[in-house]
Amino acid sequence: MLSRILSGDFPRSRVLTAVLIVVVLGLALAPFVFPGARALNVAAKICVFIVLVASFDLLLGYTGIVSFAHTMFFGIGAYGVAVAITRMGPSWAAVAAGVGVALVLSFALSLVIGLFSLRVKAMFYAMITLAVAVAFQTLASQLSDLTGGEDGLSFKVPELLTPSFSLSETPFLGVSLNGKLISYYLLFAATVLLFLVMLRIVNSPFGRVLQAIRENEFRAEALGYRTVAYRTASNVLSASFATLAGALLALWLRYNGPDTSLSFEIMIDILLIVVIGGMGTLYGAVVGSAIFIIAQNYLQDLMKLASNATSGVPVLRDLLHPDRWLLWLGLLFIISVYRFPIGIVGKLRVNAWIKARAKAMAAATAKGVS
Amino acid sequence: MSSSAATPAVPDALPEVKADRIPLLLIPALALLALPAIGSFSTWVTLTFAGLAMGMIIFIIASGLTLVFGLMDVLNFGHGVFITLGAFLAVSVLGAMAPWSTSDRMILNVAVVLVAMLVAMVVTGAVGLGYERLIIRPVYGNGLKQILITMGGMIVGEELIKVIWGPQAIPLPLPTAFRGSVLFGEAAVERYRLIAVVIGLIVFAAMIWVLSNTKVGLLIRAGVHDREMVESLGYHIRRLFVGVFVAGSALAGLGGVMWGLYQQGVMPQMGSAVNVLLFIVIIIGGMGSVGGCFIGALLVGLVANYTGFLVPKVALFSNILLMVVILLWRPAGLYSVGKR
Amino acid sequence: MSGPLLELEGVHTHIGAYHILHGVDLQVARGELTVLLGRNGAGKTTTLRTIMGLWHASAGHVRFDGQEIGAQSTPEIARKGIAYVPENMGIFADLTVRENMILAARGAKNAEEIDAKRLEWVFSLFPAMKKFWQHPAGLLSGGQKQMLAVARAIVEPRHLLLVDEPSKGLAPAIIQNMIAAFRELKQTDTTILLVEQNFNFARQLGDQVAVMDGGRIVHSGTMAALAEDEALQQRLLGLSLGAHQ
Repeated sequence: MLSRILSGDFPRSRVLTAVLIVVVLGLALAPFVFPGARALNVAAKICVFIVLVASFDLLLGYTGIVSFAHTMFFGIGAYGVAVAITRMGPSWAAVAAGVGVALVLSFALSLVIGLFSLRVKAMFYAMITLAVAVAFQTLASQLSDLTGGEDGLSFKVPELLTPSFSLSETPFLGVSLNGKLISYYLLFAATVLLFLVMLRIVNSPFGRVLQAIRENEFRAEALGYRTVAYRTASNVLSASFATLAGALLALWLRYNGPDTSLSFEIMIDILLIVVIGGMGTLYGAVVGSAIFIIAQNYLQDLMKLASNATSGVPVLRDLLHPDRWLLWLGLLFIISVYRFPIGIVGKLRVNAWIKARAKAMAAATAKGVS
Repeated sequence: MSSSAATPAVPDALPEVKADRIPLLLIPALALLALPAIGSFSTWVTLTFAGLAMGMIIFIIASGLTLVFGLMDVLNFGHGVFITLGAFLAVSVLGAMAPWSTSDRMILNVAVVLVAMLVAMVVTGAVGLGYERLIIRPVYGNGLKQILITMGGMIVGEELIKVIWGPQAIPLPLPTAFRGSVLFGEAAVERYRLIAVVIGLIVFAAMIWVLSNTKVGLLIRAGVHDREMVESLGYHIRRLFVGVFVAGSALAGLGGVMWGLYQQGVMPQMGSAVNVLLFIVIIIGGMGSVGGCFIGALLVGLVANYTGFLVPKVALFSNILLMVVILLWRPAGLYSVGKR
Repeated sequence: MSGPLLELEGVHTHIGAYHILHGVDLQVARGELTVLLGRNGAGKTTTLRTIMGLWHASAGHVRFDGQEIGAQSTPEIARKGIAYVPENMGIFADLTVRENMILAARGAKNAEEIDAKRLEWVFSLFPAMKKFWQHPAGLLSGGQKQMLAVARAIVEPRHLLLVDEPSKGLAPAIIQNMIAAFRELKQTDTTILLVEQNFNFARQLGDQVAVMDGGRIVHSGTMAALAEDEALQQRLLGLSLGAHQ
């Protein structure tokens, strides 16, 4: 049963399993365990990023393509919902229409980008997607009639999701059962579902071909796989999931603007998470997102303490300034790329594997002696 | 050593040497095309000089990037950091030598800018040396890791600049003698833009001279074309590459000083903001081609200024439109470098 | 000094996941021209590239003048006095003939510093080089490019020349010129290892011959012996080479 849900792709490491259980339980019980609006926002952001980062990993980790246009699809999803609700009013039909249109647009764009540029080297693809992403961001802030320009769009969500909607007057375990809570659990459920679907995809025969292409494109081609078709398909899939993540974000925030979903900072965040968590393992997206977003929100508090404590030491004080948290994550990122490119998840899995093998060998030796 | 070789039938002449000058003609063609659209001659002159100045600065910044790519297939996504570093160094130098910078004596004004350029080039060159060693070399030959790690270099570099100079934008006023405009008939051209054009031309000429008249230049051109053969002739291309990387970083630092003065202000994000523009320029020019980079940069500068005046909304996309048009015409860029 | 100038012993080379050379044993005698024959894919080019350090052997020894060079880098190997003319000729198309020659003459900073007497001799072998001295090499004809490639390899004296299929795609008249040039070169005591598929070309030049198949040397001996033995030729070279005769 569990094997079917996880598509046979188990964490394969006790530590990793424990971490995943903590993250999943933490997210599932967040409203009850971590009270307060800030904590719930952090939990929601982790959920959105799990989908977003996992979708990026489909491309980077499983296919070996670096795209800087991933936030474009994220933004399309967010704008799809925002624009549709602004125009059609806060109804589920508007949400459906927004998501639908966004998916179609993402599909078309990713198909065109994929077909045009996946034939070229990784470097060109990275450059061209970077240019496209910047152009799209400019476009979004220019079409202010549609997108609200730099200010973005604030909108109402269907009544079920509004804080004023209430399931019952009496709070449950000290938490009021309102639309915000429903929103959160809807987001959580969607995250679990989308993640499992992606897990299924990478463990399908299709996913195996993608990995074969990543390992040796020439050979995969020789074996008769049409690599461009496969890579384009993974591009399209990745874009679609990013679009859905964007829609989830917009529904949660009830707002969308260029900085929330399209900015290059988000692209950098995605890159950092994917690499630190581990490329080519979807579980890396879960672990990475949780660590990164908690760090983003709470590392700064910690650094404030450290910075205050070192306020007498000129350079150290500035290095530890809370606004410089990206410096430390950037360093961690660089070290990750060349010290352990398999990331946290890969490292944990390798450790577990080495332990298991040592055990097996010890057992074999013991047998041999007796 | 007498020859016993039978003289073969040597054809009398080679096919006519046809240098490809069409891309070069694009610049005057574009300028002439813009004239009737703009209508006013003096406005046209002002815009053209603005575009050329911007293009020259972009060329100075991008030339190192394109050569580094051509020589070793290394694309440094962190190139922008060197621009930012150069610009902030200019702030420090001009700040430290404020009396010279605000003096009425032109010679002091020129001297302070030269000092700023020199300091920027030396420091960015030295940083480039360390950057090549720490960031580029460990992942050499691995395209994917290279993109990621140079991106990481960009993030960390930008943060370090914030640590040193603070996260806020800092004004960088032009020294007295560089301010104001020169009148050509009715057309006013900012003095600094003229200077930028002259410096750009000097750098371009120097680069072309090195590439065609020195052995190092020949090696670079040959290495862009066929790295293995250069090694088979007994030259260490790695050393050559480090040299080019350092020179490219120093040029980015020089460009940063000029860009900061052009904008009359600096901010930590200025490098990453220019990055996209640089990529567009080197793609337009043909990756690895210095001549293509020069023309690409001027085209980008001119198109940005013309469209900014004619159709401001389109101006924001003008670079990408230009790239698409050029690539539809020549898929490998203006001057494709015949790489194996 | 005695012993072969170049010696390969049990050389295995992998390119990525592919195992190309399966234990090559080859000796190239001093002052002689050794021809390496074999059909497409036999591993001839890989052998030359392994000697040059462009690919590194995964096992075995490459010795030059008695010294192990298997682990050295390409520039270091070249600086020992080994010149390489690759199958694609490796011409720098954007550079002029003159600039190509300046790079080939490691000791020269410009054309004036190339040994004039040596250059005159090269011109006498390949007059087209003098004629097109200032022209971009990319505009030369196929035969002229091949001449430039060989001229580059000999513009300074080298101990060993590795030449990959100099006759490939050349017109018969040019091939005759090439043969004459190699004969002249042999007079200068230069040791040459020549990869060929054209047996007719090889027979006119070779002192020694080695035949490759499936990543191994399957025969080695003198060219004279092979040239006389029709049956051996048939057996070793198969039909693909017979077509050239």
